Amino acid sequence: MSAVKKSLVVEQLRRNQMIELLARGKRIDGRGLLDYRPIKIETGIIPKASGSARVTIGDTQVIAGIKVETGTPFPDTPDQGLLVVNAELLPISSPYAEPGPPDESAIELARVVDRGVRESQMIDVSQLVIKEGEKVYAVFADVSILNTDGNLLDTTSYAVVAAMLSAKYKKYEMVDGKLKQTDTVEPLPLKTIPVSVTMAKIGDSIIVDPTDEEEAVMDARLTLTSDSNGNMVAGQKGEPGTFSFDQMLNGADISRMKGEEIRKMLKEATGFTG
Amino acid sequence: MTAVLLNEQGLRHDGRKVDELRPVKIEVGILKNANGSAYIEFGKNKIIAAVYGPKEVHPKHMALPDRAVLRCRYHMSPFSTDTRKNPAPSRREIEISKVIREALEPAVMLYDYPRTAIDVFLEVLQSDGGSRCASIDCASVALADAGINMRDLVSACAAGKVLDQVVLDLDDVEDKEGSADMPLAIMPNFNQVTLFQLDGILSAEQFKQAFSYGLGGANKVYQLQKEALMKKYFGDGEPAMEES
Repeated sequence: MSAVKKSLVVEQLRRNQMIELLARGKRIDGRGLLDYRPIKIETGIIPKASGSARVTIGDTQVIAGIKVETGTPFPDTPDQGLLVVNAELLPISSPYAEPGPPDESAIELARVVDRGVRESQMIDVSQLVIKEGEKVYAVFADVSILNTDGNLLDTTSYAVVAAMLSAKYKKYEMVDGKLKQTDTVEPLPLKTIPVSVTMAKIGDSIIVDPTDEEEAVMDARLTLTSDSNGNMVAGQKGEPGTFSFDQMLNGADISRMKGEEIRKMLKEATGFTG
Repeated sequence: MTAVLLNEQGLRHDGRKVDELRPVKIEVGILKNANGSAYIEFGKNKIIAAVYGPKEVHPKHMALPDRAVLRCRYHMSPFSTDTRKNPAPSRREIEISKVIREALEPAVMLYDYPRTAIDVFLEVLQSDGGSRCASIDCASVALADAGINMRDLVSACAAGKVLDQVVLDLDDVEDKEGSADMPLAIMPNFNQVTLFQLDGILSAEQFKQAFSYGLGGANKVYQLQKEALMKKYFGDGEPAMEES
């Protein structure tokens, strides 16, 4: 997922050093294997958006904005509102990011974050209907990545979730077959808080929240998203390495455990009590 | 919807048991021009895999000095779905191409072929749910057919959930009506997972069960992959080539 992976030259020595440290339960920046870097979550930073959040994990920084607009439902789901998640790796985010259409990593990033929000049924899309089959609300979550230092997946995911938790949107009604904005402002109909936990495998060790440096030498990546009830709701293995069966099953436990901690932070930062 | 996902006998809408695969047919070596090729029918999925390479890399700057680059394109034909699919690659196809490449890469001995490219093309002629797993199954056989050095085959199968029941190998109907889908690919002789995705809600117990169903399915597919390769290279099972 790291934007700089192909360009960052990390010698085999560095990897060996990392593996040796990891075998003793330590990381190159002093963290434990299952420790996140400090996570900072601020909401309401873009008043023009329906909801917004800035999330930093270590030096990785992203901003998510929610816009709630109206749209036409898909023919096969006339009774459901729309959800669109998009992420853009801005050229300001690192010396290796280039302007232009999203590459496969950026597409994967947006789709994995989307999967967590969508499949957890965080938003009750059945409540986002203005007139069935004709007009529904469309929730757009757009993420701008400002600075990269690894684990874009979790940072982006927490920003989208925090922005959703704090979002308020204007209600519309149908008057004589036309849409009319009302003065009623409501929070989004939310049911659960999905939290992704991204793990990296380096040698035989599993760590969470990899930095750029760690992503540059990792064998494989595993993102598992849990909901408020401890269910698994989304997952994605990335990079060419492999995971053993035990690592996969333990990964689910790690995701649940770390997810619980981070869900608390998201609730505290947004004042969300549901 | 009208489909009965599970009946009183615990059978699925197409009559399968909860842990039963769809019928799978694999044929090896179906395209003349490709270095390796295969065709798979996985239920109603119909997919062709073609491997070109190892060959010179274009553009040249993409070449790696110590190993081959593996490239992968998963593409759905416009007529492969219920409503016509725009032939331009979608975001979904781009993501699937990436995860398929990453699923195959651990099995391919890329360091044996420095400065070359190995291209894997997957054309989904008809899709029926689980097409990424079927594509991986087909591609790994085509790579073997191309004579490329491999550590293992890669065998894939999805598990998931319909209603509240964990099931193996969801088809299109179950994928749309079901509540979870977990594609899984493994290297069967190394017990390693090379592809894993999940969308949909699974409890801790269901996650473990779906994972174990997926492994079982992938191992069954592995037997069929081996049989298909045996059939092409050794006739009907007996190594006929060097007898007498």
